[in-house]
Amino acid sequence: MSTLAQKKGFGATLWDYLTTVDHKKIAILYLIAGGFFFLLGGLEAMFIRIQLAVPNNDFVSAGLYNEILTMHGTTMIFLAAMPLIFAFMNAVMPLQIGARDVAFPFLNSLGFWLFFFGGVFLNLSWFLGGAPDAGWTSYASLSIASEGHGIDFYALGLQISGAGTLIGGINFLVTIINMRAPGMTYMRMPMFTWATFVTSALILFAFPALTVGLFLLIFDRMFGSNFFDPAMGGNTIIWEHFFWIFGHPEVYILVLPAFGIFSEIFAIFSRKRLFGYSSMVFATVLIGFLGFMVWAHHMFTTGMGPIANAIFAVATMAIAVPTGIKIFNWLFTMWGGSITFTTPMLWAVAFIPSFVAGGVTGVMLASAAQDYQYHDSYFVVAHFHYVIVGGVVFALFAGAHLYWPKMFGTMLNEFLGKITFVLFFIGFHLTFFIQHFLGLWGMPRRIFTFLPGQGLETANFVSTVGAFFMAAAVIVLLINVVITTVKNEKVGNDPWGDGRTLEWAIPSPPPFYNFKQLPLVRGLDAYWLEKMEGKQGMSPAEPLGDIHMPNNSFIPFVISFGLFVAAFGAMYRADYSWGIPVLIVGMLITLGSMFVRSIKDDHGYHIHKEDLEDNNDKGVKA
Amino acid sequence: MKRLAKWRLFSLFAVMALVLSACSGKPYLSTLNPAGEVAQTQYDLMVLSTAIMVGVIAVVTVIFFIVVFKFRRKDDRIPKQVEGSHKLEIIWTVIPILLLLILAVPTVSATFKLADVSEMEKKNEEGKTDALVVNVRANLYWWEFEYPNQEIITGQELVVPTDQKVYFNLIASDVKHSFWIPAVGGKLDTNTDNVNKFWLKFDGEKADEADNLFYGKCAELCGPSHALMDFKVKAVPSDEFDQWVTAMQEVKEPQQAETDLAQAGQEVFNNSCIGCHAVTPANTAPEAARLAPNLTNFGDRERIAGILDHTEEDLKNWLRDPETYKPGNKMTGTYGELTEEQLDALSEYLMGLKVMEQ
Repeated sequence: MSTLAQKKGFGATLWDYLTTVDHKKIAILYLIAGGFFFLLGGLEAMFIRIQLAVPNNDFVSAGLYNEILTMHGTTMIFLAAMPLIFAFMNAVMPLQIGARDVAFPFLNSLGFWLFFFGGVFLNLSWFLGGAPDAGWTSYASLSIASEGHGIDFYALGLQISGAGTLIGGINFLVTIINMRAPGMTYMRMPMFTWATFVTSALILFAFPALTVGLFLLIFDRMFGSNFFDPAMGGNTIIWEHFFWIFGHPEVYILVLPAFGIFSEIFAIFSRKRLFGYSSMVFATVLIGFLGFMVWAHHMFTTGMGPIANAIFAVATMAIAVPTGIKIFNWLFTMWGGSITFTTPMLWAVAFIPSFVAGGVTGVMLASAAQDYQYHDSYFVVAHFHYVIVGGVVFALFAGAHLYWPKMFGTMLNEFLGKITFVLFFIGFHLTFFIQHFLGLWGMPRRIFTFLPGQGLETANFVSTVGAFFMAAAVIVLLINVVITTVKNEKVGNDPWGDGRTLEWAIPSPPPFYNFKQLPLVRGLDAYWLEKMEGKQGMSPAEPLGDIHMPNNSFIPFVISFGLFVAAFGAMYRADYSWGIPVLIVGMLITLGSMFVRSIKDDHGYHIHKEDLEDNNDKGVKA
Repeated sequence: MKRLAKWRLFSLFAVMALVLSACSGKPYLSTLNPAGEVAQTQYDLMVLSTAIMVGVIAVVTVIFFIVVFKFRRKDDRIPKQVEGSHKLEIIWTVIPILLLLILAVPTVSATFKLADVSEMEKKNEEGKTDALVVNVRANLYWWEFEYPNQEIITGQELVVPTDQKVYFNLIASDVKHSFWIPAVGGKLDTNTDNVNKFWLKFDGEKADEADNLFYGKCAELCGPSHALMDFKVKAVPSDEFDQWVTAMQEVKEPQQAETDLAQAGQEVFNNSCIGCHAVTPANTAPEAARLAPNLTNFGDRERIAGILDHTEEDLKNWLRDPETYKPGNKMTGTYGELTEEQLDALSEYLMGLKVMEQ
């Protein structure tokens, strides 16, 4: 294996990443792509806040503003938050369950490239006649009326990247069900793995609703159907249902992994096992389940009538209970612990008050009668940013600092990390707290400007100032990444010193086969248990033997590229004569490469026992 | 510890009360200045839920600070590994459930109360309702208000009597909008598919505080000028409302301009504008043909196009180039270039379109 350790040229590295099926490299791809889209979405957010800094501003025009707000939401949810969460799931979950990779490494790669090409397709709209402008929810009457190809980019781009997400979710489910190391029962799985498991189940059931909705939208806009045209017997409200049957579980798809990351952090940096582990698992499953019962609370003002509104109001309030259980369990994980405030822990600790604030406004929004005032006002904007930034983005920052050494073998600078934290924390509350009041004072959301004399000037300006703090924080993080990468000081297996789960028992970054011998898991926090008994690492569960590994493949890239090409054909079919041929060529590329994949047997290869014995410094110490 | 918790709770309430009283926004716009039964119901729910939530936050905050300060790492000891506590877990499951019940009951009752539009269905001998009904039709970026019982139509400025329930039928004619008068009550969407119904009540005293003029908003993204799709609500005592209705009903034919300048303006209007804008309130044209706001009482209104000051200067600016003020509106380009003389005449004429004697 020594040849694999040699330094490779840039071209070879690039080719390696284009063809890789290794979950750790795919995690890095997700991190880079998701990080890029996060910066893009952040830039759009800055444009929004600059435009709203003063009344009657003309920094961007009305139409362009709608494109920016749509792309900010769409990018942040689908192309930044989800891929970044997938990055951590990919990087960590297989290690946590003691697996050598995910169940379907090929599909893992396919999932990434579908997401990537979908995201690129969506963002190309900026250069090809204008981005979508109907909001990330793309409500049917407006999205059907919208001129140009913006909404087509939205529908086709999300369709492609959504397929990638669905594939990823199924892959994680199968992995967790089938590939746990000996002794790793369900109730010994780390909390982040549990979160990944429930999230993947949510993806499996939620994304098909979006897929169906998007197909109907694509048919209406590009192929002359009338699903959403009331004049032709269609119905626009059905889109709202489709969207939110997907959209509400989506919120939990984002936030449950965030909960998982925080659960790991609280335990590690308090040196205590997670308080009430089984009730945490139960709460996670319950949140996932209830998440499907409450979509219509996004539609209280649609006119569903008091019976539906009351039922969904009460169902929504119920979610506060398992969420509350989690908050108290985290607090009592720290209670009696030995807390050290590293950068990940700072994010985790700050998450609690921030998320509680978002949670309680969630209960207020759940109360249908008062929601009529909050709905589509800045109060809602404040609420979901408290939940998604205070919950998910905090977790992404925390996770980045926590798992950076495991992914790259070197630690992010703690001092700069803390500066990032302080700036972001201040900026976050400065930006969004005041927005609750803006909403209550009568400011609707998604407005490109506001008129003077309505009492909204000061608060909007304050909010804009806060946004700049957050931007500064992200810049500090980028500097941190560059410095860390240049220095590249290597760290050992357990750089934080208090690692509890299996990923901290192996080198950072792990060898490409993860575990030389699968570890034997003897309880929750498997690695911690061994450490407490004075052992250096995990006991192996199997004798040293050959390891079966999958071959790299370029086919996932080609399959995704074919759909990318076909999407252009579908979109320009009505405008240009080359539309249909391009659609056909694109589909041929995709189907052809799927055909090749099907008929060409790829049995992978084996790492031989002798080669493993040569590298006794790597892998699990027996 | 208990005393500490109590003290914190109290101080948080005090701060909350201060914040609420100091920052309650403008009386004509803010939901925190409820100016009617609906908004009041919602405000009461807000206060109740805020109180419960502040209580929850206080408990979390207390535990949070104890944890963060008391259990910092001092030495290298390994703390006791605690699995959990059934007693504690039951406590923090049951108490939130009770708190939610306290909120759920008034929520459900208010939800049904606010949706009660049975009065709208009761027809008298004439086939009309005794209740005051307004049909609201939302359009890319303007509002039409039709009073079916009174058989009059107006646009952009809703006129309503105070201290009585006003019932609304809501629909949109192009894309989805949402009808929201923040100070008076929560919103309801104007769908393209179906009519939505609800009621509002405008409080007389609160209307005085707001100079009888509430701000209305579109609350659903509907296109570039969504932000500018404002309307105004003139809430007046019921006798004044009746006078207005009578005055409107008396306009059977388009009002004839009096001055020479205004007459010239009327001519311009009849050549360029009347295809879309009606100047008689009993508009018998079908909805689809009512392409723009009814201007019967344009001179009485408080804003031009819902957003600009009601001055001749602003009117002329608007007529010169509506696109600058409302991007994406449907008026731009529907009439030829107007000369300055024509603009002077037209604005003189339009400003003279009044039904109420001043």
